Formats: sequence, C-alpha cells, structure tokens
Amino acid sequence: MTAPDPAFSPRASASPPASVTPSQRAWRRFWRNRPSVAGLAWLAFLVALMALWPWVAPYSFSATSDVQFSPPSATHWFGTDVNGRDLLTRVVYGARVSVMVALVGALVAVVNGVLWGASAGFFGGRWDGFAMRVVDILYSLPSIIFVIVLITTLESWTRQTLQARFHLGPEIVGKARLLFLFAGLGAISWLNMARIIRGQVLSLRSRAFVDASLALGATPGRVLFKHILPNVYGVIIVYATLTVPSIILYESFLSYLGLGIQPPMASWGSLISDGASQLNPIRVHWWLIVFPAGALVTTLLAMNFVGDGLRDAWDPKGRND
Amino acid sequence: MTSYLIKRLLGLVPLLLCISFLSFWLVRLAPGSPFDRERAPASPEIERALRARYHQDEPLWKQYVRYLGALREPDAQGRAHWVGGGLLQGDLGPSLKYRNHTVNDIVAQGLPISMSLSLLAFCFAIGLGVPLGVYTAQRRGEWGDYVGSFFALLAFCVPGLVVGPLLVMGFALRWGWFPVALWTTPWHAVLPTITLGLYFAGRVARLMREGMTEALREGYIVTARAKGLSESRVVFRHALRLAILPVVSYSGPLLADLLTGSFVVESLFRIPGIGVFMVNSALALDYNLVVGLALVYAVLLIVLNLIVDVTYSLLDRRVKLG
Repeated sequence: MTAPDPAFSPRASASPPASVTPSQRAWRRFWRNRPSVAGLAWLAFLVALMALWPWVAPYSFSATSDVQFSPPSATHWFGTDVNGRDLLTRVVYGARVSVMVALVGALVAVVNGVLWGASAGFFGGRWDGFAMRVVDILYSLPSIIFVIVLITTLESWTRQTLQARFHLGPEIVGKARLLFLFAGLGAISWLNMARIIRGQVLSLRSRAFVDASLALGATPGRVLFKHILPNVYGVIIVYATLTVPSIILYESFLSYLGLGIQPPMASWGSLISDGASQLNPIRVHWWLIVFPAGALVTTLLAMNFVGDGLRDAWDPKGRND
Repeated sequence: MTSYLIKRLLGLVPLLLCISFLSFWLVRLAPGSPFDRERAPASPEIERALRARYHQDEPLWKQYVRYLGALREPDAQGRAHWVGGGLLQGDLGPSLKYRNHTVNDIVAQGLPISMSLSLLAFCFAIGLGVPLGVYTAQRRGEWGDYVGSFFALLAFCVPGLVVGPLLVMGFALRWGWFPVALWTTPWHAVLPTITLGLYFAGRVARLMREGMTEALREGYIVTARAKGLSESRVVFRHALRLAILPVVSYSGPLLADLLTGSFVVESLFRIPGIGVFMVNSALALDYNLVVGLALVYAVLLIVLNLIVDVTYSLLDRRVKLG
C-alpha cells in the first residue's frame, strides 16, 4: 500500500547501530537528575498507596465515629475530622479523586491542544490564522468564570437527562459533576499546548523528510501522525507533565469554593476547605489543614520536579552527553 | 500607535457581543428559574408577576435585545419608542437575587476592593519574584541558585488555599500579629496579599531566572563587561531590559489569574469583594449578574492585556504593534 520507505521515517532514521538515539540520550539525562527521580519515586509511592489503600485501610472514608477532632494518635495517624472520620483515609481517598480529575483533564487538554496546534501548524494559511486567533481570544477571557457557570448551570440539566434518558442510578448521576470537572478543566488548559505544538510543527513541516513522504504519496494525515507528531512527542510529554499539577490546582480552587467535588466525596481542595472552615480562635485543629495541604504541596512539588527534569532532558539546547 | 489602540478597542465590540450572547444563553440552559430558589416556594401568581416584572416571560431573542438596550416598544399611546438603558448605555440591568440592587451597584461596591487586593498581590509577586529571579540567575549552578530556585518552586506549589489557612493559624490566631478577616485598615491587607501573591511570586521568579540567564548570554553583555562596567550596572542597566520581557508578557495572564484567584482569598478572609457574588450568582441563577460579571471581567482583562502589549513594545523596540 502506501507504506513509505522506513528510511524516511524519522524514528528509524539511519543511525549507526552502536550510537544512542536522541530519545535514549534524553532519558539517560533524566535519570541522572536527582530531584526528578525523587519526585518520580514519591509519585510511584502515592499511586501504590492509592491503589492498595482499600485493602489495607482500617477505616472507610465516609464512616463516622464518636471521636471528633482527635489529634494525630496511634489509632488515627492524621487525626479525625468534625464527624470523627479518619483523616488519613480521607487524604488518600482525596488523592484518588484529585489525581483522577487531573489525569483525565490533562488528557483532554493534551489531545485537544495537540490536534488544534498541529493542524494549525501543518495546514497553515487561513486555518492557521483562524485557529491561533481563537487561541488568542480564549487566552484573554476569564476562562475560570466560564467553567464556574458551566459547572453550576449545566450540572443539574445533565443530572435530569442522565436520569430520564438513560435510567442511570443516583449513584452514577451523583458523579455527573466529575464529568464537568474533567471537561471544563481540560477545556481551559489546552491553550499553551496548542501554541507550543504549532510552533514545533511549523518548523518541522519545512524539513526534507516531510516533502519526501508527501512526494511518495502519503496523505497529509499520515504525514502528520506518522512523521511529524512522533518528533514532537518529547515536547508533548513535558507539557502534559506540567499540565497535571496546574489542573490539580484548578480542581482544588473550585472544590474550595464549593463548586467542585461534593460531599461525601473528598478531594484535597475540599479537605483543606473543610479544615479552614473549622478555624477558630479558641481551639486550633491544625491537623485538618496541615495534612491535606502537605499532601497537596508535596505532590505538586514532585510533579514539577519531574516536569522540570523532563524539560531539561529533552531540551535541544542541552548538553550532548 | 493611536490607530493600533483604536483598532484593538474596536475589536472589543464584537467580542463583547459574543461573550454576552454566550453567557446569556448558557445560564438560561439550566433548569429552574431565579425565582424558585427561595426556601418556601412562592405562589404561582407571585412567581408569574415576578417573571413579568423582570421580563423573563418574553421570548429569548426579545430578552436579549432588551438586555442590549436596542428594543423598540409601543408605549401607552401606541407610539414605538426606544426602551433605553441596557448594555449599550453601560447598564447591566437589575440583579434577580439581590432585588434592591442593580448589577452596576454590586460591581461598583465589590470590584474596587477585589481590584486593590489583586493589584497589591501583583506588586508583591513582582517585587519578590523579580529580585529572586535575578539573584538565582546571577548565581547559576551555585548554592545560592539551588536554595533560591527551590524556594521559587516551593512558592509555585503552594496555592493560596494552602498559604491562607496556615498564615491565619500562625500569624493571626496563635501570635495575633495581624487581624484575621475583613478589609478596613491597611493592616488587614497584609495576610490576604501574601496569600494571593506568593504562588505568583514563584512563577515570576522562575520566568525571571530563565529570562536573565538568556540575556546574560547575549553578545552586547560581553561588550558591556569588556567596557569595564560594574556587574550591577551590566545586570540592571543592560540585561534587565531584555530579561524582564517574559515577565511582562506573562503579566497579562497573571492579572487575570489574580482577579479570579482572589475569590478564594476573599472567601477565606471574609473580604467584601466581588468573588462571593460571582460564585453565588451562578448557583442562584441570577442571570443578569452572571452575564454582567462575565462582561466586566472580560473588559478588564482585555484592557489589561492591551496595556501589557503596549508596555512590551515600549521595552522592546523590535516589536511592531499592529
């Protein structure tokens, strides 16, 4: 069929077998960066904890008890909250929600941003002008306000539709807001991605291997997906990694305002919000704020360390060792 | 320059129409009405009267045209005349929830407070971020760089909703140095400003470090050093002008993020700004307030972005506006 000669494919470019590919070199640089590896280790620990927690947890995340506001102790390592729920369990559970929202949101943002930016850079001309104008306009709008309006107004509408049209149980319908968090947060986070990918694709498009595969009869779609996008995948990885913490921040922002995750579910933002609402001059329940905030901050730090490490490793201006 | 400004400001008009139409239509998609949110539901007659009073019983297009202020209606004598008011005259209409206030009242009350908080936080972010960025860039690869960059990254990972409660717990409740809440004396502004600005100071410091590192590699810096200028003169007179450009172009989105980020700070410190109205208006389906606030924020952001673009071209003469 139209399979191009592998010699023109950028991944299998003719390099002597003994040498290393640029991507291998980048990973090698990444593994030498100590803060990044430490960040990756922390994230791996967190993922393992989130995955295994239901089996090892002594408490359920929503089980109330008589021990209200117990400070950290041997039985409750992170203390308990206003309803006597174990805070450690809730922090781990909140991690699941926060990380899930961030991963799905980042996926939406990456797919959207890559398609938009790559098509703008690749097809150029009028479409490029239009696409980038849209990005500029969206960039200058108060996007989070639109997300707030979207979430609050469309949520009840979706609930009704889900119940009436698809006969879903209240269990699933109650999570309708999660869907909006995914979509809304993804929808406002793709702009940077689109700009960067467009710039990269624009410079790749004028390279000889693109002309070669077009001359060999490959369709533009095939050239874009098989030859150009694999060349920018380092950039995509870097910016996807940096998008995840920013979506976690957005989610905690919305949950703090009471617009995100609804009780009895919890995310880090809603846990901090619960803790802040218990602030009073008489008794300071510090653990209600310090532990969720600590989890949030260490995870954001770890993600940024990993993102920075990836960026330095994939930076074309970096050292060639 | 003048023609550029006029062009940009004229471009605002279709954009604002677009935003007003989108948000107008979007909030009305939600089931329910602004008048069925009371604890005890009103009788059908009262609700009907309310809907008629606020013209919510008209077809959607008519409501929108009325909102714009471009509606002609027959008066008592049957002669058509302009209804007046409306967006074209800067009237954002009555609030449907706070029924003795107009949207203009609410904006005039809350926005100055929110904006002064945002501006204070902006100054804090720039004032802390730029020196930190310059300091770390000058010591690239030394201990000062590692420590400074770590603090910049840490600030970048500590959003306001984390800093705020911690500051309140420490400086307000335990040691009692600062007031906990409200917005009356300058003393009240200290903790909210730090809460809002710290995260952005981290971002600015990181941008500044990148920019200064790039600038110090330029050829004209070598020339300046070769002339025998002092290091501080090289950095502050020659490199800074180029190095600060990434920060300048970021300050547009920065101001946008500060304006929306102040919602959390206002709710934490009980500051009577506009954030609480923004959040509640969407929940209460206060149609006019939602549309009005979206418009006010859009105008603010576009004007601020314009100022940023002009500043950029003044700093970097290679950039042509237009």
